Amino acid sequence: MLKDEDRIFTNLYGWADPGLAGAKKRGDWSNTAKILKLGHDEIVERVKASGLRGRGGAGFPTGLKWSFMPKEVGDRPHFLVVNADESEPGTCKDRDIIRNDPHKLLEGCVIAGFAMRAHAAYIYIRGEFVNEARRLQSAIDEAYAAGLLGDNAAKSGWKFDIYLHRGAGAYICGEETALIESLEGKKGQPRLKPPFPAGAGLYGCPTTVNNVESIAVVPTILRRGADWFAGLGKDNNTGSKLFCISGHVNRPCNVEEEMGIPLRDLIEKHAGGVRGGWDNLLAVIPGGSSTPLLPQDVCSTITMDFDALKDAGTGLGTAGVIVMDKSTDIVKAISRLSYFYKHESCGQCTPCREGTGWMWRMMERLVRGEAEIHEIDTLEQVTRQVEGHTICALGDAAAWPIQGLIKNFRPEIERRIVAHRAASAVEAAE
Amino acid sequence: MSIDARIADDQPDSFAFTKENEAEIKRIIAKYPKGRQASAVMPLLDLAQRQHDNWIPMRAIELIANKLDMAEIRVLEVATFYTMYNLKPVGKYFLQACTTTPCWLRGSDSMMRCIKDRYGIASGETSDCGRFTLLEVECLGACVNAPILQVNDDFYEDLDYASTGALLDSLEADAPLPVGSVSGRSGSEADGGATSLAALKPAE
Repeated sequence: MLKDEDRIFTNLYGWADPGLAGAKKRGDWSNTAKILKLGHDEIVERVKASGLRGRGGAGFPTGLKWSFMPKEVGDRPHFLVVNADESEPGTCKDRDIIRNDPHKLLEGCVIAGFAMRAHAAYIYIRGEFVNEARRLQSAIDEAYAAGLLGDNAAKSGWKFDIYLHRGAGAYICGEETALIESLEGKKGQPRLKPPFPAGAGLYGCPTTVNNVESIAVVPTILRRGADWFAGLGKDNNTGSKLFCISGHVNRPCNVEEEMGIPLRDLIEKHAGGVRGGWDNLLAVIPGGSSTPLLPQDVCSTITMDFDALKDAGTGLGTAGVIVMDKSTDIVKAISRLSYFYKHESCGQCTPCREGTGWMWRMMERLVRGEAEIHEIDTLEQVTRQVEGHTICALGDAAAWPIQGLIKNFRPEIERRIVAHRAASAVEAAE
Repeated sequence: MSIDARIADDQPDSFAFTKENEAEIKRIIAKYPKGRQASAVMPLLDLAQRQHDNWIPMRAIELIANKLDMAEIRVLEVATFYTMYNLKPVGKYFLQACTTTPCWLRGSDSMMRCIKDRYGIASGETSDCGRFTLLEVECLGACVNAPILQVNDDFYEDLDYASTGALLDSLEADAPLPVGSVSGRSGSEADGGATSLAALKPAE
């Protein structure tokens, strides 16, 4: 279990003052200028050396992503954009950073922005987080008043501004290019890549979009050293990570833990165990709604890191762990996710716009067993037609939970079809 | 007959921002680079909605388009793309119930049933008294405190049938319960005692 002294988010539960005075007591903003003296490229190198991988879902190495920004600033300014559009079902970690430790995010913006030669950051926060946005704005105002932001940010000689931009209820804006479109005042519909944001992002300028948690851990990594962070977790899956444990556990919670913690330990040590005991576990969605579920036997041995979960045919995603016990109507649980993706499809690409609705309607029939056995294969084929055939990954995200269900719970789907057929035959005979 | 079912048939003849909001608009536009004032469309729509009883009339769409030098259709496009903009009136208490899987697993059906039992309304409908509008929404991003009911700006968490009823009672009396978890936990820590950061826990 991760020791408290190795935890980055020491005010995760909001027990202490989230404001500047409290943040300084926790070590934030202490000699930020000295960190910037390392220079743009050295900061990038140290973040690379820490092994930090993006905390927004894809797990792309953060330092490497920063290194894609041009080394010289031309006629187009550079931008840092922070993705605080936390909306992946099962995920609620960035909310805690924003409301309880906002200065970690702001200091991270200054350091990351400086590393990529940007003078401004936009933080795009989901619209429903109204109170969280107020808390963050007041932290920004405090930082300006204390000279930590502005023309000479934290007395470093580097000009840095942070602006907060609120979304208005669209999951798709968590996709980086949709987020950029939205920030420009348009519908949040993803752009084709290339060009990648590092070449042409916000307002056509070089831009890097990072998740809240990825940015908020950077100051601590640079203070305590890349070696310290790399010493936590596992090879290629380093550091600590915020996990959200929801669903059928006795005590759902958020907790910061080491990467690579066994899933069973995470659930039993922090979330009070599965309701009714471990043997009552049916399945776990390990990394937010888009990651395929894991059946109970795999859950008993799997570790929570990018590589182990990828090898198991799923993913760490956002580390939003959704636990389902044996009372769960598993087909309905996944069908509800299919509805979510249908609702959130932006409508731009035909396979996703039409496919998500088609898959959801098919899933609803399977919930009731109103189908033929061979239609399970038809549905599986349709998920393959959607996956990989759209501009962004929402199509993939809609396909994967269904693929996971069919792979692991096909007998249950078939049982319902047989039962429904038998019930219909009895009805017809009467 | 309106041009879109989402848009109110009865529209006010005019709309103008208040003096305070006009000043706020200047501050908002200044956040974005020169010539990129279209970026301010979302905050301006939000401002209009807050000023106008939680819904945006078509006159406000026209005014915002004018202010930001955008075509009206571009502003309407944004206003209809994002679910949080109301283009027709809603009750004083706008109840947004999350029923996505993590909330559903923790009993969002009971929360919905409580609202339905009391007001006889389904998603998208307003109570006979006109004070409560219900909308079923997608994941609100507070899953370890599920199920969640968002009342206007505020999240109420860890609800069940009985506590939803108590919350509705408080709203009917215009004395809303304290925002957050109804189970008494302060945030996302495990109910009954956090398993980490114990040394930082404040004294009871």
